[in-house]
Amino acid sequence: MHTLDDFIAAHCDREGPLLPILHRVQAAFGHISEVSIFEIASALNLTRAEVYGVVSFYHDFKTLPDARPVIKLCRAEACKARGVETMVSEAEATAGSRVKIETVYCLGLCSVGPAAMVGDQVHARLTPAKLSALVAQL
Amino acid sequence: MIVRISDDAVALACGADAVAEAFVASGATVERVSSWGMHWLEPLVEVDGVGYANVEISDVASIMNGGAPDIGDIERHPFIARQTRLTFMRAGKTKPLSLEDYTATGGWVGLKNAYSAGPTATIETILQSGLRGRGGAGFPAGIKWKTVANALGDHKYIVCNADEGDSGTFADRMVMEGDPFMLIEGMAIAGFAVGASKAYVYIRSEYPHAIAKMEAAIELSAQLVAPFDIEVRVGAGAYVCGEETALLESIEGKRGEVRAKPPLPAHEGLFGQPTVINNVLTLAAVPWIMANGGETYAAFGMGRSTGTMPIQLAGNIKHGGLFEVAFGITLGELVYDIGGGTASGRPVRAVQVGGPLGAYIPPKQFDLPFDYEGFAAADALIGHAGIVVFDDTVDMAQMAHFAMEFCAAESCGKCTPCRIGSTRGMETLGRIIAGENIEANVALIADLSQTMKFGSLCALGGFTPYPVMSAINHWPEDFGLKRAARVE
Repeated sequence: MHTLDDFIAAHCDREGPLLPILHRVQAAFGHISEVSIFEIASALNLTRAEVYGVVSFYHDFKTLPDARPVIKLCRAEACKARGVETMVSEAEATAGSRVKIETVYCLGLCSVGPAAMVGDQVHARLTPAKLSALVAQL
Repeated sequence: MIVRISDDAVALACGADAVAEAFVASGATVERVSSWGMHWLEPLVEVDGVGYANVEISDVASIMNGGAPDIGDIERHPFIARQTRLTFMRAGKTKPLSLEDYTATGGWVGLKNAYSAGPTATIETILQSGLRGRGGAGFPAGIKWKTVANALGDHKYIVCNADEGDSGTFADRMVMEGDPFMLIEGMAIAGFAVGASKAYVYIRSEYPHAIAKMEAAIELSAQLVAPFDIEVRVGAGAYVCGEETALLESIEGKRGEVRAKPPLPAHEGLFGQPTVINNVLTLAAVPWIMANGGETYAAFGMGRSTGTMPIQLAGNIKHGGLFEVAFGITLGELVYDIGGGTASGRPVRAVQVGGPLGAYIPPKQFDLPFDYEGFAAADALIGHAGIVVFDDTVDMAQMAHFAMEFCAAESCGKCTPCRIGSTRGMETLGRIIAGENIEANVALIADLSQTMKFGSLCALGGFTPYPVMSAINHWPEDFGLKRAARVE
């Protein structure tokens, strides 16, 4: 199951199908294109504006493709309390334009921060060296 | 040799999988269990009740031949022994997706009791227990259930709010990853009590392990709770979708915008139907209450804060983790006695309780007992009971700025005080930090705070003034103000 039509067909009969469909599209294609928005709106009998409104609201949904590997770095209060801010500039320097460091607010690892997530892999007790190493190997 | 290692996200993030593999390679039988919630010791390895802390691959051989230093009987460790684990009774002890383990440890007793007692008596038990919403609002769960039970509607819903976005909180995540059947049982009891056969668990996307465990647990237990049908819905990175009405909008496939109340979700909730929407911990407390009695639960705690609260010790704290205890314990006891003070070893300067919308509390107020009313009287809030500790390197002006920054980033945009106020608040705090017209700008922030507090549609805009004003009032020196009377 890997086309836009597949994803729409799999979920359109559910209650509140839009977010499940958008999640599948985002995961499969890395973004939700104008064409996808058009097709989804059509299938769910919504306007393109309504669908675009939902896509643009949520941080997880992207409208533009980005081939860079992503590391989600938590910069919420508990990780700040454990020193994440001191690591950011070195990590960004290591990332350069090759890797995307995305700020997230909380991974639920608040007593063992600083914490980051790459895909579904979680990393805690980060130090400047560990974080940069993580970024470098992506 | 049976070795127990957690597969909770904290354990995984600290390297538990590699340790587990090394034990398997050495010939041990490895059981992946929920976390004991002693996060500073993870990866924690248990053999016959005895714990080995912060285990690395290089420690495996010595643990296998019995020569490694241990922390003694985990159950008797002071961090565990001082708790009253009602909700977290299985933490560290059972395999999360083992129906056998769940049934052997009292699972499904609450549901059976509910079926025997009938819906009305079940609601009565919840009312007697005094259980209050553990998400933060502290509204009596029994009253919410009663309202939905009596409401007119042909398709009622149970919605579990698992959008635990507050920094400093992870109890919901631990329940979903460590004891998912308990949450399922609680939801099934709620459904039975109010006449709802369909349920949704809205889990934030930042919790992939919790999502996977809940989906697996739902499938495994489907026949046991049938015809009650539970479905997982995944959030998409919006903190505001932890607000109950924004969450409902999100499930309905819309922008996560907050709804005006009334109508309450209990009358018109998901898809316009009467809906019980409760936090994970609220629903997770229900099986114990139905198994042991409402009055038994109410005997714990203080005043109108009955029962126990799974408190989450986080931030710059030495002994971080899950500490479940009856309401009434003081903040100082939690931070110093149990938490051990800061991880850095430096003095505690501030503690934020209740997430990003919670007040910053200075050490001189640490005699505050953990109690909904007590905290409210001190202009603070318990929220979801996350405690984030900061040492003396914290700059409270930066934290106040972050409070506005966070609000601006996460605002749903519907109401002006939050949408615009947070941006203007950021700009104004930026000027204060740069040293421009400090007193006038602080007065402006205080005025803005009044507008946001009384004019916002929900707690995101409404409570942002708590961290901001508490920072200004308790640490004026960080803002370039002299220590003087409170800024009103």
